Amino acid sequence: MTTHHTSEGPSGPAPRRIGPARLGIYAFLLISALFFLLPLYVMLVTSVKPMAEIREGGLFALPSAVTFEPWIRAWSSACTGLDCRGISPGFWISVKILIPSVIASILIGAITGYALSFWRARGANLLFAALLLGAFLPYQVFIYPLVRIYSATGLFSTIYALVLTHVIFGLPVMTLLFRNYYAGIPIDLFKAARVDGGKFFSIFFRLMLPMSIPMLVVAVILQVTGIWNDFIMGLTFGGLANRPMTVQLTNLVAPTEGEIAYNVNMAATIMTAAVPLIIYFISGRWFVRGIAAGAVKG
Amino acid sequence: MKQRPIRWSVYVGLMPAILIVVFAYLGTMIWTVGISFTDSRMLPAARFAGVNQYIRLFATDRWLTSIQNMVMFGVLMIGISLVLGFLLAVAIDQRVRAEGVLRTVILYPYAMSFIVTGLVWQWILNPTLGIEKTVRGWGFESFRFDWIVGQDTAIYCVVLAGVWHAAGLVMAIMLAGLRGIDPDLWKASRIDGIKPWRFYLHIVIPVLRPSFISATVLLSLGVVKLYDLVLVLTGGGPGFSSDVPAKFVMDYLFQRQNIGLATAAATTLLVTVLCVLTPWLYAEYFRRQTPKG
Amino acid sequence: MSSVSLRNLKISFGAVNVLETLNLEVAEGEFIVLLGPSGCGKSTLLNAIAGLLDLTEGQVFIGGRNVTWAEPSERGIGMVFQSYALYPRLTVEGNLSFGLKMSGMPKAEIARRVADAARILQIEPLMKRQPAQLSGGQRQRVAIGRALVRNASVLLFDEPLSNLDAKLRTELRVEIKRLHKALGSTMIFVTHDQVEALTLADRIAVMHKGVIRQLASPKEIYQRPVDRFVASFVGSPQMNFLSGRIVRRDEALAFRLDGGGEIGLNGYDFTHPVSDGQVATLGIRPEQAQLQPSPQHTESLEPTFTIDEPMGPDTLLWGTLGGETFSLRTTSDHTPNLGTAMPIYVNPAQVSLFDAAGERL
Repeated sequence: MTTHHTSEGPSGPAPRRIGPARLGIYAFLLISALFFLLPLYVMLVTSVKPMAEIREGGLFALPSAVTFEPWIRAWSSACTGLDCRGISPGFWISVKILIPSVIASILIGAITGYALSFWRARGANLLFAALLLGAFLPYQVFIYPLVRIYSATGLFSTIYALVLTHVIFGLPVMTLLFRNYYAGIPIDLFKAARVDGGKFFSIFFRLMLPMSIPMLVVAVILQVTGIWNDFIMGLTFGGLANRPMTVQLTNLVAPTEGEIAYNVNMAATIMTAAVPLIIYFISGRWFVRGIAAGAVKG
Repeated sequence: MKQRPIRWSVYVGLMPAILIVVFAYLGTMIWTVGISFTDSRMLPAARFAGVNQYIRLFATDRWLTSIQNMVMFGVLMIGISLVLGFLLAVAIDQRVRAEGVLRTVILYPYAMSFIVTGLVWQWILNPTLGIEKTVRGWGFESFRFDWIVGQDTAIYCVVLAGVWHAAGLVMAIMLAGLRGIDPDLWKASRIDGIKPWRFYLHIVIPVLRPSFISATVLLSLGVVKLYDLVLVLTGGGPGFSSDVPAKFVMDYLFQRQNIGLATAAATTLLVTVLCVLTPWLYAEYFRRQTPKG
Repeated sequence: MSSVSLRNLKISFGAVNVLETLNLEVAEGEFIVLLGPSGCGKSTLLNAIAGLLDLTEGQVFIGGRNVTWAEPSERGIGMVFQSYALYPRLTVEGNLSFGLKMSGMPKAEIARRVADAARILQIEPLMKRQPAQLSGGQRQRVAIGRALVRNASVLLFDEPLSNLDAKLRTELRVEIKRLHKALGSTMIFVTHDQVEALTLADRIAVMHKGVIRQLASPKEIYQRPVDRFVASFVGSPQMNFLSGRIVRRDEALAFRLDGGGEIGLNGYDFTHPVSDGQVATLGIRPEQAQLQPSPQHTESLEPTFTIDEPMGPDTLLWGTLGGETFSLRTTSDHTPNLGTAMPIYVNPAQVSLFDAAGERL
């Protein structure tokens, strides 16, 4: 092939013009980022300041003397009324609620989603509609009767009540999640399993569940975040004995006589936010996928 | 289809869901609605009282204020979040540097609980502690930013915190929508010499309609359930100026011990949600459903 | 009508060179097909011509004008995409007129151009429909229409027929050829389908790994491929490759198959000097071998066929020759004996020979 000589005039990549539009985009993003980061910044900075500095400089100044004492106090010795064990008991109660709730709600949601996707059960559509409604209705409609039921059965203010509650209110989203996921699996695969003699539970546990690992990850992210962040269920059904961390936090920071220890309060707040935040930072795109999948199928 | 014998194992698998729907959803719902038609106060009573509780409810200033607040919060929070989230998604989609960092920073509030969100904004907006104090510290002695303690302005603080919490969600949904747009469409528009903003206005926004609907539905759920955020941010105050229905119900159930009024309020919420929701749910999940297999 | 000229074009994404330094001259009104497997750089090249991506080095001229830094809309081009890329939620008419409207063209002129394009493409009855209500073939017509209304002198096609089923593909292929004849515009057409390339092109540029391997008329590409890649990529079923050596035999050259058999090369047009005993590959297209001897060609090879595939107008025979797969296309109705070796005859002037590196000998 003949070679040509490049002639005069423009050649190679077009020169990049950083126009006002581009600058505007970056300015907008920068300001937005600052807005979103501000609360995290305030909490982190305040939680390592001594009280004197907070009184002097307010919330936004960088700390001049970093101290971790507020963190230690928040965890183990800050007082809620007469109880001076910090936020740590709430953390452990939250963990105790979290683990069985996540497992049970996901398992039941997955089975329900599977049954609704592949098996033509009578009234399946009706059940699904009722579940969807459950996802959207305000909790206030259910709460009083549930309190009465739990009281009558002796479940009130036990871990079991909270686990059961999280299963109840997690079921719609979990079902939706798995139903949508299984809707994407070729029906022929299911038919092949039926032809091979698979039964309802054997197909689920041997074929579908192993295939659902991506959705299981998404479901775990959603449920861990959701259940950890729950406040209203913990407040209503946990009683005094089983207050999750969010409820303990509100008690801890509630104004008492004397100076409010903002640094301790903020440290406790960060600790309460830590679990979902860590999940979020680790899971990255999975978290987004969870939102999209758990949301409403667009 | 041939008639097959009923497979009991299917119903065993569906049993938890059936029990939950029948007892936890329908049963409690009927119970709640039932109480609202009695003259129960501290304890449930069986005396039928017609719509008396509803008449009392709608004569209660606090309830009317809370409804008004919910509508105001809903319109503003959803509106601002949609606009902000969409603009953020569009900006991020312009092949900017540090896209991953920006996405992370914008979305992380959504991972936080309303309790944490409310607490931290309450501190920031507290005039004697947060922004007002800091700006005055810079020498602007007459600076005022005390919305959170104002009767008419406290609800805007709830909106602010709500937007902070939710805008990232909208951004994520919109960004996914934008990324789903056929890249050839962008190319075609460049060949046609269409200015980017016109392309967004005339082509992209109509295409993203489902994303806007999804985001709106998701945010609306948060509006009806709005409770924790108000509780820690303003406590519903000053007075009950920033109260919301969910909080009204909780307070009348557990603090004021007026379950008749509380259940009437809950039932009103329920009916409102049903009226809005049923047509949408039907359209979304059942109308266009294509049978499998 | 404009010529297109690419000079020393190079495109890299990071450290990956997608296009090596490349030159291409497309004459006014010419129909050029860029043919190659996926990832060969053909679409990148087309996008570079359209101005949809930045060059790393080099220049693009359209109609003699240096458009290297020009916006896509300023290059006088129209483009048709594989995914059609119709604007959703606009009607067909809206799709055709949208770009013109946005550029502020007078309404009467827009209406005239849209009507013209609709007439040429026979989409007049569809004007009020939305893209979602159209079939694939109709969508692609609309997409072509959108390129036409721009009165572009160069039309770029990026695998426009790939998403269509076989019947529609054939229909639209003919349509595009008719369009080229009617408009006379310069067309650059990207495809991985060799049939489209052979049927449409004035010249085909066969691309592989960012390089144009051969730029020639369809006939030349088919009959005299410059290397084994081009030879195997064009033609279906693929050319038969038989390994062996060039040997000197009675003052003439012959090809001796490794698997047994020998055939004289008298009449083969060598492009390179060869040496006695040189390792080479003999390429025979399925239709270049005959079951009957001709007066000049009586020397035979003896493959064994095991399967016959009647295709209608002709029959494909599949078997082996010296251990290598061998196929033969015959139009005779006479079914040969399967399972036993039988003689076939080739004209050395028609076959291809490649050296050990795969270059044509």
